Amino acid sequence: MATLLEIENLKTQFFTSAGTVKAVDGISYTVDEGETVALVGESGCGKSVSALSILRLIPWPPGKIVGGHIKFNGVDLATLSEEEIRKIRGKDIGMVFQEPMTSLNPVLSINEQLSETLITHFGISKEAARVKSLALLEMVGISDPNRRLDQYPHHLSGGMRQRVMIAMALSCEPKLIIADEPTTALDVTIQAQILELMKNLTKSLGVSMIIITHNLGVVARYADRVNVMYAGKIIESGTAHDIYHNPQHPYTLALLNSIPRMDQPRRDKLDPVEGQPPDLTKLDDGCSFRFRCRYAVDRCANAFPDLEKVGDTHFTACFEKGRLKESVKVVS
Amino acid sequence: MYKYIAKRLLLMIPTLIGAAILVFFLLRLIPGDVCELRLAGTGLYADPEQIKLCRENLGLNDHILVQFATFVIGFVTFDLGDSMWTGNPITHEIGLRFQLSLQIAFMATFVAVIISIPLGVISAVKQDTWIDYVVRSFSIFGIAIPSFWLGIMIILGLLIVTQAWTGVPWMPPIEYVSPFEDLGANMSQLIWPAVATGYRYSAVATRMTRSALLEVLREDYIRTARAKGLLEKIIINRHALKNSLLPVVTIIGIEFAFLMGGLVVTEQVFNLNGLGKLFVESVLQNDYNLTQALVMIVVAIFVFTNFIVDLFYAWLDPRIRYS
Repeated sequence: MATLLEIENLKTQFFTSAGTVKAVDGISYTVDEGETVALVGESGCGKSVSALSILRLIPWPPGKIVGGHIKFNGVDLATLSEEEIRKIRGKDIGMVFQEPMTSLNPVLSINEQLSETLITHFGISKEAARVKSLALLEMVGISDPNRRLDQYPHHLSGGMRQRVMIAMALSCEPKLIIADEPTTALDVTIQAQILELMKNLTKSLGVSMIIITHNLGVVARYADRVNVMYAGKIIESGTAHDIYHNPQHPYTLALLNSIPRMDQPRRDKLDPVEGQPPDLTKLDDGCSFRFRCRYAVDRCANAFPDLEKVGDTHFTACFEKGRLKESVKVVS
Repeated sequence: MYKYIAKRLLLMIPTLIGAAILVFFLLRLIPGDVCELRLAGTGLYADPEQIKLCRENLGLNDHILVQFATFVIGFVTFDLGDSMWTGNPITHEIGLRFQLSLQIAFMATFVAVIISIPLGVISAVKQDTWIDYVVRSFSIFGIAIPSFWLGIMIILGLLIVTQAWTGVPWMPPIEYVSPFEDLGANMSQLIWPAVATGYRYSAVATRMTRSALLEVLREDYIRTARAKGLLEKIIINRHALKNSLLPVVTIIGIEFAFLMGGLVVTEQVFNLNGLGKLFVESVLQNDYNLTQALVMIVVAIFVFTNFIVDLFYAWLDPRIRYS
């Protein structure tokens, strides 16, 4: 399938009084048409920043994209003018945010918030926008959409607000949706509903999706491809199957070991990833995971390993990947 | 919504009663009374019989609760009584002065709003640029400069400029003319005090607009609006400004009510016969009736302005409107 988005060596940094935070430190990945790609990692690993960077929504000051290319349909978004990127936001690329409670404007009705995107990008009338908004609410499964249109966000539950956000992101028939932890703030039962909805809609509309999450369960079920991030870098990349059943990076392995799994015999206790993520202002040349890694050797301190191919679709950035195989077998 | 309005309206009553009690009894704590002042105030000998007669005539010898009842009944029936000093009906004393003060309060508010909201928005949007610094200096000036001093500067400026241009120095007229009679003459008198007080007032409101807007611009829903590809002016005007106006409206309401009774010095500078001046005189003369009437008028305006502010809240914020 054709490549829709190609991110090349993207670097986003925050210039703070405590030093330069290398939130995204040279990541590259692609998203094909109709494909769902997941970015997985702990809090603060740069996954949200990398997503916001695509639409250039990093607030300056203090944040800035300092290098790399974001090729979308052959156009480098990193070089567009403010006005050009504005025309892509919401039209060609939609975004769904983490916190449905605060991501909708409390003083504007659902209709106003849905319609304004349509009016901005298509120049249609208010009446036409309302008709379209009504159809959008129906599409995302909101009951009694006509009444909901005139309500305000505080009338809606968290799940419903997230449905409104999804309707908003899909309203201009975008080619790509970026979902930044779309279910983190929701109840578990609602999470499943929202994810199913997003999967069904993106599949039926043929929209690509980048889903950002720290939930590996979500990844296994919904993503075609997975990029695991650690300290601003992608350290492993592969299909959901590769990542879940054949992890090739100690960090991915540790993440998988830290969650309870229904498909395996019960362990006595969970095995969390020990230690803390590194301070992103004080990264050195070596592998940033070595302080928490059970497989770390001397050379890990000298250089950051490149992503190397370990399977048809599977890449990992670890010098000691050979040794990992043995332990993977023990686990799975 | 109707419940909200009804609740706000009902809340006015205890506020007014509280104010009535406070002003009535506090005034009577001031040593001396209007009769002593009127008859012996200049240090002359006054006949105690005469003072007694004066008190009898003004009702000051009645039991204090009887006096209080007379005051309250008079107020609710809109009969404010007579001035204890001049003997004229209070409605007559207040009449034109009230109109003048109200007009200045409205004009100053208008000046403040048209200055502060655009400046506050520009300064927040251009945060930490030279534009922001200029606006902030301008508003710091407004807070630092007493408005009576600015008033004096305006009058001097007018004299000097008109002298230089036309050869004849001109200054604002002293006589108050109702705007319904002669709008031009009325404006040429009142626009200057309105600008002088409106500037200080706008300074507070500008800073409030700026900080409220900066706070709102950091909200998640502003990021959502950006991600939707909206024009920057729609993001600011529709998404951010409406959310940040609540504290600004509060400040404007309080300042407006304050202007109704608090413009003592500015009135002096521009030689205006407003409520502020009458206020000071009535207190100095121990004119209970007049002071009580003035305080209650100002309190009523405060309460009413707050009610209007509450209605604005409901208009701006659906969470209040639909509660």
